[in-house]
Amino acid sequence: MGCGTSSSMKDKKSEKALKAALVIQNWYRGHSAQLKTRQRYALTIFQSIEYADEQGQLELSNFFSFMLENYTRLLEEDSELVTHLFDSNIQDKDRQDYWVLIDVPDSYCGPRLQFPLTFTDIDLLIEAFKQQQILHAYYVLEVLFETKKLLQQMPNFTHIKTSPSKEITICGDLHGKLDDLFLIYYKNGLPSVSNPYVFNGDFVDRGKNSMEILMILFVSFLVYPNDLHLNRGNHEDFMMNMRYGFTNEVLHKYKLHGKKILQVLEDIYTWLPIGTIIDNEILVIHGGISESTDLNLLHRIERNKLKSVLMPPIPIDGDHATEKGNKVGTTITARGIRTNGSLSEQLTKHEWEQVIDILWSDPRGKRGCYPNTGRGGGCYFGPDITSKILNKYQLKMLIRSHECKPEGYEICHDGKVITVFSASNYYEEGSNRGAYIRVSSGTPPRFFQYQVTRATCLRPLYQRMNAVESRAIRMLKERMISQKTDLIRVFQLQDSSKSGKLSVGQWAFSMENILGLNLPWRSLSSHLVTTDKDGNIDYMSSFQDIHIQKPVKEVQSTLIETVYRYRSDLQIIFNVIDSNHSGLISMEEFRSIWKLFKSHYRVCVDDSQLDELTERMDLNKDGSIDFNEFLKAFYVVHKFDKLSKSDTKVA
Amino acid sequence: MADDRDREGTEIAVAEFHKKIKEAFEVFDHESNNTVDVREIGTIIRSLGCCPSEGELHDLIAEVEEEEPTGYIRFEKFLPVMTEVLLERRYRPIPEDILHRAFEVLDPAKRGFLSKEELIKYMTEVGERFSQEEMEEMLSAAIDPESNSIHYKDYITMMVVDEN
Repeated sequence: MGCGTSSSMKDKKSEKALKAALVIQNWYRGHSAQLKTRQRYALTIFQSIEYADEQGQLELSNFFSFMLENYTRLLEEDSELVTHLFDSNIQDKDRQDYWVLIDVPDSYCGPRLQFPLTFTDIDLLIEAFKQQQILHAYYVLEVLFETKKLLQQMPNFTHIKTSPSKEITICGDLHGKLDDLFLIYYKNGLPSVSNPYVFNGDFVDRGKNSMEILMILFVSFLVYPNDLHLNRGNHEDFMMNMRYGFTNEVLHKYKLHGKKILQVLEDIYTWLPIGTIIDNEILVIHGGISESTDLNLLHRIERNKLKSVLMPPIPIDGDHATEKGNKVGTTITARGIRTNGSLSEQLTKHEWEQVIDILWSDPRGKRGCYPNTGRGGGCYFGPDITSKILNKYQLKMLIRSHECKPEGYEICHDGKVITVFSASNYYEEGSNRGAYIRVSSGTPPRFFQYQVTRATCLRPLYQRMNAVESRAIRMLKERMISQKTDLIRVFQLQDSSKSGKLSVGQWAFSMENILGLNLPWRSLSSHLVTTDKDGNIDYMSSFQDIHIQKPVKEVQSTLIETVYRYRSDLQIIFNVIDSNHSGLISMEEFRSIWKLFKSHYRVCVDDSQLDELTERMDLNKDGSIDFNEFLKAFYVVHKFDKLSKSDTKVA
Repeated sequence: MADDRDREGTEIAVAEFHKKIKEAFEVFDHESNNTVDVREIGTIIRSLGCCPSEGELHDLIAEVEEEEPTGYIRFEKFLPVMTEVLLERRYRPIPEDILHRAFEVLDPAKRGFLSKEELIKYMTEVGERFSQEEMEEMLSAAIDPESNSIHYKDYITMMVVDEN
């Protein structure tokens, strides 16, 4: 009847609506999952490349050791070069009176700090930095010298007690991301006696406000030395700073006094404590542990002898350096030659390795302890190692940082290891959240997450993912082009029919082998190559829309590729040689370094054209080369890109 | 003869599926110990091009879970189940035109758009309901801030282009 029909019509209508809703929901969830996966893939790319770079950094340290070990030979062949390399301005470092001579002009309208510092100075700095002001070098140096004096009084490990009414906040890597520090101080409150903090290393590098972060942290430390704790990270290291951007930031912001600031920082880093221990239960260190981690030893060592974690102690005359007494004789240190010096200038190899493990290791699910092949230093430690070491020292938990996590934190090893990472959008806007932890004795840790954004309104997920993904793919393509010759060789070896095509499996295998990056190649292939209708890959298609700009047309591609690939290493090497930061090295030095570099890195390149290259590039200034200009000339051009120069500039 | 070729073809397909599944799994395997959090399984399955409904996803999870659920799914259990799914081409994604028609069903007056309230009502009260987070996320991309409505044809076009 009437009612029956209309109700069954209504049923039909709602049934149709139900089906429609289901379709839309199903589609949306699929779409959303795709976005999330693309984000993960992008993160994996960023991380693999980052760790591969860190490996490169350690390779570089081996190169320096290699150079030092061969110094006697060098000394005979080229004493000019050696003096340059090993000349250190040690005398200058402690000249505190240097900074009082710096004049702060009346026209300077940036923040003026008042010593002794108080909490108003923290506010002052925050407000000033929000307006992008730069703290004058005079104040920077004053803060640095005071900080160093105070740090020297700190032990290797600070022991802290909490109570239910006095929680402590633990923050991870900040990497120069000032907005994240602002957000943490805003959300969690400024540090004070009742609001203590631990900052767990890696304050600098990569982000563009490392200097400002250091200033805020150091000033906070000077005002609250017993409640603001700083742990050293693997980036609190002058050699890492050269590659990862902090050195550049300082020299750029402080054109006159930058070198001095860098010198003092080199020292300050070595005085940063190794870790904190909370309530005798929680160990807070930057990286991780190894099966041989000896906390008692680490409490005792003279931590300030570790200049750069990338410059291991050099054995003298084939013997290993020992702690037993002082051997008088010629000693080499990374930055200075002294005669009649003592071996007590450096740590023993064992001590050095203990610290490396603390600053570089990563936890993994696999049991046992393995060399950290991803980064090239420290180890991978499994849940059994965690249990063993925690039990050995009657600790309950390890809180560490060092690895970027999509949610800002991650718990593993049965709840015994927590990773906390505080730089949101670390790789790219939208790449990850940041987090901090609040702990107090007797209560489980509380986690706080955030993600800073430049706009007041977050861009929709798909736009953010597009940005993250395209940046990751660009970086990956640049890696590919830097090894183009090797890749093509391997592709062609497998392409017996010379068809220009390979199966997906063959292509993925080659990519992984040559680039040394453990990535989901099959899933990424659609971004990197073209595939034909049979599912075969046209392997040359990757190289069609991207090439390295040739500074000089006639020079061979292999030479260009090699310089491009090692550009970061070369820049660091040149920087170290150029100890007075003039930006120039002589042609002979350039050639000797290239020769040594080639032999150590086992690079097979015909460099007869090297001279021609440098001459044609007309960078000669009275027989010297401006090496920054030289290296800048090697960049990647993405043909179909708005930005024509690669983003991955020379650090 | 044809059977042999078929079998070989299937074997190769299976081998490639295995590698694809392994890749997708590994990206979410944070501790590199061949397990993933069960809450990520849905994302992994969808990343492989399948679109199970929430109900179908529940069934799949039940198949790959341990007897005593641990909150983690092991790769050894996931691989065979997922390979079957791919071989049988189950849970195919929704074609664009079907999706468009679904929106049209909810818009019987054929205005070409849904109001924000209407979309929220359908997505959160009917069918396999959205969580608040899902709803907000969808709105952030779909909504036209000036009219406070969702012009579904444009929205679909934008999302589909994005996927490719």
